[in-house]
Amino acid sequence: MTKLNTFRSGVDETGHFGIYGGRFVAETLMPLILDVEKAWEEARHDDDFWAEFDYLMKHYVGRPSPLYFAERLTEHFGGAKVYFKRDELNHTGAHKINNTIGQILLARRMGKKRIIAETGAGQHGVATATVCALFGIPCVVYMGETDVERQKPNVFRMRLLGAEIVPVTAGTGTLKDAMNEALRDWVANVEDTFYIIGTAAGPHPYPAMVRDFQCVIGNETREQMQEMEGRLPDTLVAAIGGGSNAIGLFHPFLDDDSVNIIGVEAAGHGIESGEHCASLNGGRPGVLHGNRTYLLQDEDGQIKDGYSISAGLDYPGIGPEHAWLRDIGRVEYVSATDVEALEAFKLCTAKEGIIPALEPCHALAYVGKIAPKLPKDHLIVMNMCGRGDKDIFAVAERFGFEM
Amino acid sequence: MSKQPETRITRRFRKLQEEGRPGFITFTTAGDPDLETSVKILDGLAEAGADLIEIGVPFSDPMADGPAIQASSLRAIKGGMSLRKTLAIVADYRKKDDETPIVLMGYYNPIYIYGVDAFLADAKKAGVDGLIVVDLPPEEEGELCLPALDAGINFIYLTAPTTTDARLPRVLEHASGFVYFVSITGITGTRSAVTADVAGHVGRIRAKTDLPVAVGFGIRTPEQAAEIASVADAAVVGSALVDQITANLDDNGKPGPGTVDAVLGLVRSLAEGVHGARKTEKAS
Ligand SMILES: Cc1ncc(COP(=O)(O)O)c(C=O)c1O
Repeated sequence: MTKLNTFRSGVDETGHFGIYGGRFVAETLMPLILDVEKAWEEARHDDDFWAEFDYLMKHYVGRPSPLYFAERLTEHFGGAKVYFKRDELNHTGAHKINNTIGQILLARRMGKKRIIAETGAGQHGVATATVCALFGIPCVVYMGETDVERQKPNVFRMRLLGAEIVPVTAGTGTLKDAMNEALRDWVANVEDTFYIIGTAAGPHPYPAMVRDFQCVIGNETREQMQEMEGRLPDTLVAAIGGGSNAIGLFHPFLDDDSVNIIGVEAAGHGIESGEHCASLNGGRPGVLHGNRTYLLQDEDGQIKDGYSISAGLDYPGIGPEHAWLRDIGRVEYVSATDVEALEAFKLCTAKEGIIPALEPCHALAYVGKIAPKLPKDHLIVMNMCGRGDKDIFAVAERFGFEM
Repeated sequence: MSKQPETRITRRFRKLQEEGRPGFITFTTAGDPDLETSVKILDGLAEAGADLIEIGVPFSDPMADGPAIQASSLRAIKGGMSLRKTLAIVADYRKKDDETPIVLMGYYNPIYIYGVDAFLADAKKAGVDGLIVVDLPPEEEGELCLPALDAGINFIYLTAPTTTDARLPRVLEHASGFVYFVSITGITGTRSAVTADVAGHVGRIRAKTDLPVAVGFGIRTPEQAAEIASVADAAVVGSALVDQITANLDDNGKPGPGTVDAVLGLVRSLAEGVHGARKTEKAS
């Protein structure tokens, strides 16, 4: 592992984490990206901005989310003590709202009159539509056609919340195509529109900004673990799509040498099958959606589609800070398959009475691999970043249950 | 201004200026609708009136392009087109025509994966004169722009209506060959430019550079091309040509027998429009 004074210095002045990140966007967008950066620089040093953020986190989102000792699963695994950081209890059912609250506050500061977003599982779309309803701002959500089909409950939720859903047929109609389409919308509507990106990726300042909003997860975890166990956790585990819930949990612990940090990518049908969305484990560095990062791509540099049972992980890239953390060796990145995630889904539901989203099931599947081998005083925190309501139709189909 | 590699582009614009007429630039995608047809189109462009040729390098995720060019890229990729094969097309073309400037237009990832140094060497050898890489703004100039200038290839910057006067000098700092003004805030092939607005923006750019200014993104008809060419040094047409290709596809997505003639016919009338436009004197 590369030894640095701090792993938390974040991003350099040019928007890079090592060689990753950057601002690879068309000139039409560039002045706007610089505006967002400037507005963000001001906002993040403004106590009033954070006071409003904290207020909404507490009274609207329901934070702090509990740090919960999963006793029966711990017993089942027979090793390390397993804790869940329960971001699935947030309003709208996932960590996504931490970020959309932050970004809509920034959009309002900038005087923007229209919000656009991309969504895969629909969780970010719902979280965006929610804050747009809260503040009375029109909202357009781009969603791949395939995802519209497999995430119907969330499509209906977004419509109820007043958002316009635009199904994207380009490409294979999943998250990457939705993001292309959102960027195209933004290019055409630069004056009045703010793009709320749903993960810690995209052109600078998005990766750092989204991380800073999601850090509420890790900051709370630190305090709560101190209260409950009087010390830091030993291992952190989180699922990775674009990497926002993971970086939010990880970042506050990056400089604590004793804390072992693990990100879990979606291996779909298995890395060797080629049908997965494990960008770090099965991709290589490239440039897409405004940043350099690890991408699934062919030898000509054409981007490949990801595959995962979990629509929220189905993205061929990953936030640039994770790419950097992987290269310098501070965080370990592993993967879990569809089948392993489904097993974890059943287990968690049966043992803890918590129906998890398929995304954190990938993290839990990995916890299930390491916990039995670790001593009983080893503390694992897993980010339970979403609840499973949105997934029950997909899971029912897999289990052969007629709905 | 930094390095200004002397290329077929700089020579061609000098010639146009001497002749006192605006230039016409075409855009088509390499390998669209298939390799053979795209090469036939390419071979006929100069004769039909194109002064410069832009060849699109297909990319899976063309974020600044509208439906027409997106579909064109996907057709080309499906047919096996790649950056390497695009360079081979250019090398072949150069055996037949060593005068007409060729600009490759596309996105950075295929070049990054090819390897910047290898790409620049191979592109120069093939006879590429300039590069337009949509997702490389001046903030990322170290990636490809500066190495391209060292390799003797023009790096052509896009400017947009959103590029303020305060920002223009940054964009123009390492611009070479010509400056490409994107006439609409939007993606390719979706809106039409307003000539009066374009004239204003071209004036803003000319006040800060001696490079020729080409205008593109919202031009579809010979009349529009003529109007734009009367206020700029060159007009670029892409989506309208690609639409001709699309219109001539049969039910199986194969090009019909009239494809090449249809595209070159439109090129001819666009070129007539542009070349008939009187060129306004450059304010000095
Ligand atoms: C519950 C849940 N977890 C995780 C993700 C993946 O995103 P990220 O890696 O940015 O946390 C999503 C995305 O939709 C999600 O809905």
